[in-house]
Amino acid sequence: SVSSSFPFSLLSISSRKQRKNTIRDGFEDILEERRNSSDLKYALRCYAPVLYKGVTPCKANMLKNIVLQSDQLRYVINQVSQESGEAPDIIQEEASVILEEMAHRLQISTVRFFAFALSKAFKTLFQHVCVNEEGIQRLQQAIQEHPVVLLPSHRSYMDFLLMSYILYTYDLALPVIAAGMDFMGMKFVGEMLRMSGAFFIRRSFGGDKLYWAVFSEYVKTMLRNGFAPIEFFLEGTRSRTCKSLTPKLGLLNIVIEPFFKGEVFDVNLVPISISYERILEESLYARELLGVPKPKESTSGLLKARRILSEDYGSIHVYFGQPVSVRSLAQGKVNRSTYNLFPRHIPRKPMEETQSFVNDTAYRIVRLQEDNMVLKPWVLMASLLLQNLEGMELSVLTEQTVWLRGLALSYAAFLDWPDHAPTAKVVSSSLALHRGLACVSGGRVSLVVGEPLGPVTPEEALFNRAVSVLSCASYRNQVLHVFLRPAMLAVAMLHLSDEVYNCFSFLWDMFSNDFILCPGDTVQDFEEACYLLVKTGAVQMPQQDIVMTDIGQPTLSFFNGLLEPFLQGYQVVCRYLCEEASEGLTEKQYIPAVRSFHSVLCVFTGNLRCYEVLSSDMQKNALAALLRMDAVRKVKVADQVTLIVNKMAVNSIDDILGKNRMISHINQTQISPSLSLVAVAEDLCRDGLTPSYIR
Amino acid sequence: DTVLAAATITMKLTSTVCFPRQEIMKWNGWGYSDSKFLFNKKGQAEFTGKRYRLSGMVLPSLQDWFENTFGASVNHKSPATPALNASAVPPASLNEAFVEDLKATGIPFSHEAEDRVFRAHGHCLHEIFALREGKKFERVPDMVVWPNCHSDVVKIVELACKHNVCLIPYGGGTSVTSALECPPEETRCIVSLDTSQMNRILWIDEKNLVAHVEAGIIGQDLERLLNESGYCTGHEPDSMEFSSLGGWVATRASGMKKNVYGNIEDLVIHIKVVTPRGVIEKSCQGPRMSTGPDIHHFILGSEGTLGVVTEVTMKIRPIPEYQKYGSVVFPNFEAGVACLREVAKQRCAPASIRLMDNEQFQFGHALKPQVSSIFTNFVEGLKKFYITKFKGFDPHQLVVATLLFEGDRERVLQHEKQVYDIAATFGGLAAGEDNGQRGYILTFVIAYLRDLGMDYYVVAESFETSVPWDRVLDLCRNVKERINRECKERGVQFQPLTSCRVTQTYDAGACVYFYFAFNYRGLADPVHTYERVEHAAREEILANGGSLSHHHGVGKLRKEWMKESISSLGVGMLQSVKDYVDPDNIFGNRNLL
Repeated sequence: SVSSSFPFSLLSISSRKQRKNTIRDGFEDILEERRNSSDLKYALRCYAPVLYKGVTPCKANMLKNIVLQSDQLRYVINQVSQESGEAPDIIQEEASVILEEMAHRLQISTVRFFAFALSKAFKTLFQHVCVNEEGIQRLQQAIQEHPVVLLPSHRSYMDFLLMSYILYTYDLALPVIAAGMDFMGMKFVGEMLRMSGAFFIRRSFGGDKLYWAVFSEYVKTMLRNGFAPIEFFLEGTRSRTCKSLTPKLGLLNIVIEPFFKGEVFDVNLVPISISYERILEESLYARELLGVPKPKESTSGLLKARRILSEDYGSIHVYFGQPVSVRSLAQGKVNRSTYNLFPRHIPRKPMEETQSFVNDTAYRIVRLQEDNMVLKPWVLMASLLLQNLEGMELSVLTEQTVWLRGLALSYAAFLDWPDHAPTAKVVSSSLALHRGLACVSGGRVSLVVGEPLGPVTPEEALFNRAVSVLSCASYRNQVLHVFLRPAMLAVAMLHLSDEVYNCFSFLWDMFSNDFILCPGDTVQDFEEACYLLVKTGAVQMPQQDIVMTDIGQPTLSFFNGLLEPFLQGYQVVCRYLCEEASEGLTEKQYIPAVRSFHSVLCVFTGNLRCYEVLSSDMQKNALAALLRMDAVRKVKVADQVTLIVNKMAVNSIDDILGKNRMISHINQTQISPSLSLVAVAEDLCRDGLTPSYIR
Repeated sequence: DTVLAAATITMKLTSTVCFPRQEIMKWNGWGYSDSKFLFNKKGQAEFTGKRYRLSGMVLPSLQDWFENTFGASVNHKSPATPALNASAVPPASLNEAFVEDLKATGIPFSHEAEDRVFRAHGHCLHEIFALREGKKFERVPDMVVWPNCHSDVVKIVELACKHNVCLIPYGGGTSVTSALECPPEETRCIVSLDTSQMNRILWIDEKNLVAHVEAGIIGQDLERLLNESGYCTGHEPDSMEFSSLGGWVATRASGMKKNVYGNIEDLVIHIKVVTPRGVIEKSCQGPRMSTGPDIHHFILGSEGTLGVVTEVTMKIRPIPEYQKYGSVVFPNFEAGVACLREVAKQRCAPASIRLMDNEQFQFGHALKPQVSSIFTNFVEGLKKFYITKFKGFDPHQLVVATLLFEGDRERVLQHEKQVYDIAATFGGLAAGEDNGQRGYILTFVIAYLRDLGMDYYVVAESFETSVPWDRVLDLCRNVKERINRECKERGVQFQPLTSCRVTQTYDAGACVYFYFAFNYRGLADPVHTYERVEHAAREEILANGGSLSHHHGVGKLRKEWMKESISSLGVGMLQSVKDYVDPDNIFGNRNLL
């Protein structure tokens, strides 16, 4: 039994509110019709979408003129002109060039071309492309009533073509899509994308006032006039890990502002969850996370990617969520009249109240995306395999998958489990689809590790192993949002030395870069975790205590193992910063340094299984957490950003994580036995082994 | 040939009247008892009486418009209670000592139920609705007094202080802010101080062009009496048939022709107010002073919380030689607003310029009287053809601006040309004097039309705001949308009518006036629903940069937003004035603060 310093009197009331309505729409396979009728006819069919309040579509050129003539832009042009001493005409010309570089040139003919080409490609690549048609109907309604912003999850390059393809299929207004400038590198393709509705923004334009003004006015003009739905990715970039990324707020701020300024009555945000059974970029991502640079987008690269056309990528599920009214969300949170005292065309930093509202909204939308992500059986299998890296009996895997399925369903996971199929069949067909990741031999299932020809250095072996672990982790990660909160509670419970809630809250804070945890929701998440664990009988809560039940052990152990790689990974980072980091470590050096520090640990101990810390994603998140907790500070020296480590603070964080792990070992040996990393690291350091020695 | 001249022909009465106004005015609706809209046996609308231009006329298109707009039917009546039920009126709780002392002064008073009820309300929807339904009154004044002059008021206020009696000044009774409602928690005797007998012009000073007038005078009487001497004030609020000079001062009224004559605060030179602490007035009539904050501005808009305005010296002007109506049709509201903005920028606004949205334009059309000649019909048809077919205006988008020019003939014509030229640059087409004049008629009959609506399950109200130019369009759109949405959410079964017009232009913004009406069949408590929607609409106005009120005032209806509007420090400043001037809250109508 563990006592908690948490006011449980609140619990019963607010956790009742927790129980979300998890009734979800059914899906239709849009490829079915494509397999039965002419793609050409489909691409050439009459396309007449309904528009916002019946506006007439605006030609791309007219749109540019409206933007260039706008008071907002003219104001900034004059401002920049005064600051730089250049004539306004010249700045105006600059603005015009920026706009030219940015603007979309949506053309129905290009869309038709894509409709044709993608039909062919999708049919080859995927078994099904499933869409919830009720969601489409809701969207159609929303488009007519309010400006609409489409917010899909981002896991693949495919996402935005897929979105436009679906909207075309259902005769909905085609969106304009914010795309990263990197696409522009692909000459021909870039232009094609532009003509299918993409507009391009530079990845960073921090202090460039003019760029920002052109960009935000361009987006707002489209939004205010309702010319087309606006689409962008809240996560900012493709998630290489398949975990949702911490949302970026820039564009969201831009699309919400017209509501606060009264320029539109409301804005509807539509969360869209795109789930891939197998991601096209699967192993590419793993390599990228391990520091093999991302291949530059190029047309020839795309053509080489043709070979992927010969593989089976399973199904895609696209779920259009309930449109979220910004007006309703902001009710009582933002006082719009604070915008009354300032001319609306003068750019202004959003007020604190607004900023926190936008931040909150962004998190909520990403959580809605997560909620409606469709999970395949393989996701559950991957979660189990990663806790058994030495492999497991097929029968055990099957049995535990069934057990995990029950758990996931009772936690309202959106699981796409084939109806009426025997479990063994489900497991084997999942293994077949993912044969690149896992194989069965002699009744045992284990991860596939790419074995290059010829002799392999220990580092190469480690790298190959890490690729397969990270690839597999990208599937486990898909289910984390379902289990995260109870899993953190499980870890906290097994950590006896502190109060459960405090420990939960520590983990919550620590991991808030790795997972989508809405700011300020610690208490609510704790309640949800308690509620879920109680619901599935893993714990009981007599009075102020949280007690594991007799049948709770497997659940808590599984959860503990689920978070183990993260706990370990963060610990390695802490160790590195305490033991190894040199004075004047720059931000740039940080990732390669952690990576090689860890390689040393692994290569020399041979049996260490913490591969995930090799991922730059985890390293960055761990650093961000330490920065947030003031254990590390950033100092700008000349052009370099240097990290100043507060070793005391890092040490004590490491301590907490370490205690956690020790405890977890004792309790879960049967599922995930592993070594104490700390001990190994300490040994190594005592032996004077350093990363540089290895190099 | 003005609307008003027509309206005032038979209004000799008021100057000689009469305590019981209810003899010529409705006790449970707007205006004169003899004037009302009704659907005759043929189902056609007509306007009874002889007072107005529309009086005695048949309005053939009104029924269609009414039924189509509201989903109402002339067969579904919701008639009002025919007469006041005296038993629904709480008995007068009199302060005997006060009554005794009052008797000694010889000032007339009454505690008849009808007199008291008549002064217990203004013209908010909920007030009129309750009267029509014959609901029980929670609190009405316990007696009514009719002072005849300033010194009578001084006596009454002194006695009220002496006996701790609550006074509520009553002018024309046209308040639409619940300002006349008696606070239900008031336990003292409430005395309604009716200023209607203080209705004389005391003197006219032609050298300085000012007139000294008793504050109880009704707008139309003031104008008529001044006209007899060749002058006018030019102050013409839409309620001027019934509202009083004192009321204008107490609410910061605004007149239709403020572009030439100014609003009430520009018109007054001197004010005399009787307060519990004594009489406030300035010692001279200098046209402008730098003597600290203008004490007039404590009085203007004080809504009867500080005292009674008894006499006012105000500017007068010679009657203009020439008056001309006009109108311009625009393809849409945006173009119309852009034109009004330009007119304001060039500071060439005519005496009145108003822009009605499409809904109001159609409403105005529904009020066209039957035309007798085939020729007129033909010309009308031709005009319509020209605008919609030839010029390509969408009849469901087009809007109309109504204009009124005043001055000497030559200058009016010149001015007219200037305004029409500006309008043309915004796609505006001149649409004739008739259309213009009809727009202003609507202003005077709209309140009568609300009574017609209430006879057929339709409730309606108007509200207003002022807003910077750049937010006019956004505010209008968002407020209308908010109303539609709130109605839907609150179970209103029929599409509401939401309409607005820009009624005044200023250098930095405009006054916007909304009409809002809906068919309430199927609603358990239509007034409550209405009030929630209006509340939401006001929040929307404030969120969109509109003011709490341009000229209706705050009363008790909008008190809750005062802090937000003028800051709590601002409210504190006003409160400290109230506390000083009226420490015992004798003027206890609880408006404003």
